[in-house]
Amino acid sequence: MRTRIRPLALLALVLALSTIVAACAQPSPTPTQAPAPTKAAATSAPTTAPTAAPQPTAAPVALKMTCRCVEGGVNANLVKWFKTYLKPEFEKQAKAAGKNITVDLVEFGGSDEELKQQYALDLKVGKGADVMAFDGFWVPEFVAGGMLKPLEEIGGPDVKSWEGWSHIPAGLQQLLSYQGKIYGIASGTDTRAIFYRKDIFEKAGIPTPWQPKSWKELLDTARQIKQKLPDVTPLQINAGTAMGEATTMQGWDMVLLGTGIGMYDFDANKWIASAPGIEQALNFYKTVYVDEKLGDARIQLLKDGRNQSFAGFRDGKIAMLVEGDWFWRSVLGKGSEWEIPNRDQIVLWAKMPAIEPGKGYKGQDFVTISGGTGFVLNPNTKYGKEAWQFLAFMNSKEALTAYQDIEPRTRVRDDVPITTDPVLTAMGKALMPLTTVRPMLPEYTKISEEAQRMTERVVSGEMTPAQAMKAYADAVKQIAGADKVIEVK
Amino acid sequence: MDTARGVLSRRGGLVFLAPALIFIAIFILFPFVWVFFLSFTNQTLTGATAVQWKFVGLANYRDLLDFSKWMHSGEFGNALVITLKYVVGSALIGQVGLGLLIATLFNRRKGILREVLFTVVILAWIIPDVVIAFAWVAYLDRDFGTLNKILHIFTPAQIDWLLEHPLESIIVFNTWRGTAFSMLLFSSALATIPPSYLETAEVAGASAWQKFRDILLPLISSHILTDMIMITLWTFNTFTPFLLTGGGPAFKTELMSIYTYRIAFKYFEFGRGGAIAVVVMLVNLTLALGYLAILRKQAVRT
Repeated sequence: MRTRIRPLALLALVLALSTIVAACAQPSPTPTQAPAPTKAAATSAPTTAPTAAPQPTAAPVALKMTCRCVEGGVNANLVKWFKTYLKPEFEKQAKAAGKNITVDLVEFGGSDEELKQQYALDLKVGKGADVMAFDGFWVPEFVAGGMLKPLEEIGGPDVKSWEGWSHIPAGLQQLLSYQGKIYGIASGTDTRAIFYRKDIFEKAGIPTPWQPKSWKELLDTARQIKQKLPDVTPLQINAGTAMGEATTMQGWDMVLLGTGIGMYDFDANKWIASAPGIEQALNFYKTVYVDEKLGDARIQLLKDGRNQSFAGFRDGKIAMLVEGDWFWRSVLGKGSEWEIPNRDQIVLWAKMPAIEPGKGYKGQDFVTISGGTGFVLNPNTKYGKEAWQFLAFMNSKEALTAYQDIEPRTRVRDDVPITTDPVLTAMGKALMPLTTVRPMLPEYTKISEEAQRMTERVVSGEMTPAQAMKAYADAVKQIAGADKVIEVK
Repeated sequence: MDTARGVLSRRGGLVFLAPALIFIAIFILFPFVWVFFLSFTNQTLTGATAVQWKFVGLANYRDLLDFSKWMHSGEFGNALVITLKYVVGSALIGQVGLGLLIATLFNRRKGILREVLFTVVILAWIIPDVVIAFAWVAYLDRDFGTLNKILHIFTPAQIDWLLEHPLESIIVFNTWRGTAFSMLLFSSALATIPPSYLETAEVAGASAWQKFRDILLPLISSHILTDMIMITLWTFNTFTPFLLTGGGPAFKTELMSIYTYRIAFKYFEFGRGGAIAVVVMLVNLTLALGYLAILRKQAVRT
């Protein structure tokens, strides 16, 4: 026994030691990024010290920016813009002004939800990158939690006198604002629609361009594709918790708005906890995923489902996908993992119809919803002034014009040349008048998560639409408070 | 029990223990008290209750035990039942059963087969979680997974293991992952049994099953019990399946540890997360006390 125990104990000791060593060897959350500037500063200091001595102290400033972006992966264009334009130009301009500022990108490869989680934890402990890509609807809950500060408090008086404000329409300035204060600069707003593949439609004998006028027409098209091309998933509309906010915006809202209501009643300032529209919307999901299997429920349930939906569309296995214009310009665009080289020829879009003409949100025939993302400054930054300088530089006319060449889009500034992409122009023209937004309230994210669970419970077959709505209503009442809720019979 | 004086005086002993006690106080006792305190508040990481939180009494616990919804997906009861199935399936049946089987089959045997098998089983145990999880995701994938490629020889069906059989998949995964401990423990226990016992039984004409049932099993039963309690504790708290399934699909593999993580660090509800953690700690404490009681009983017996 004794001789047998010994190797085990030794093994345990080795394992324990190696974990301790590993733990100690980790100097910072971003080991690949962090040491670089300090090392460079340390090695260059002794050699340049004699010559640099007369110069006034230009202490090196190392800024960091982070976003959900990966070279050759998600939001690849942003990385390209950063590396080919933002970093070199900004550092050059700083140098010309006699300052030693470097800016580096921390690429984040996880989901939006994981990025938000990272931010919450970073900000709570006083860490994080100086400039952070941020989704507008996160702002209220972070501000209410005391984790974000208005730009002016971080960047100083330069913020107010920035030339850019006069070129950004007031509506777009509001995207990263809360209770009248501005926390960041938006990159732009977006709209949502049905993207479909012309090649599949032609094979199924459906004439293009195609525009359904009701849910029935949409479902009939899906049925026709299913019948003619059994290997193709006709219609994918987001559901489930794994996709996070993409389920709420591209899925739930797009269906629910078609019944004439939204998640929140902006006139009564109350959440709609239960209503016939909610049940109708859930029944739509049930038809698509459970009863007729017009969509692939597994994509909605798997951890990596959203990327699979992109890949399925790229590979011609999904005929219709409800997505935002980000899908068109970034996911399917050049250099992306899901690039479709002949995108302009085979990908078309259609407006999302209401359940019946005139029965949609505000009596509309078609519905859509908009959000907005952008960049905020980290209140924990040591270099508030420089961080603002960089944010302002990112949103300068020159920088955004350079971005237009990499990824055409309607930019926030009115003095940046408008996009040459006819699809985006047409989408903006057709959908902006129909659009609505999410309520900017701190409890929004929690209620949004409940909506995601509600769709998941129907799509997975766990509950009937009526049961799922009941569970949702109970949760919404608990989160928002019974006095902040409407129940429509 | 003999109470002979040790080498050190009482005070000398305390001095030597002090560093360990300080560490325990900082890293175990303090967080425990803190979590207990949090569980009576409505504190969150973001939102207004991050700054202006208040005491809510037992509301978090009442919410956990709200029986009108607690078996719904993503609720406490659901996670508890899944965890129980997972512990019984992967630890008590899987790891103990497989560990005992391998240890018995190779008892008092040498040779290349034993060496290879033991090495493989131990490797599965010591490779880091993330590497293992990645390998298993690749193994179980519907379209490109090795398992389906092998099965394809026999059946054209393409099974999406983590979607259609999520709980079964992580049970098999954890059995594979952790059998080494039980196997090593049992094989060293078996090695302590004097060979003469088995030889005598053989002379008496006992079958293999009889030898196992009447000689080996009774002699290592105390080891089996110890092993069961330890791996039950470990398995109850394991988080690795998160890397395979993320707790999904539709919360079907949401173990207690994943549930706690989601509430506290994904939904940022520290108060509710604290309440769950306290309940989990109570379960663990019960298991640990049972373990200590049995150990003491064994110590008395020998």
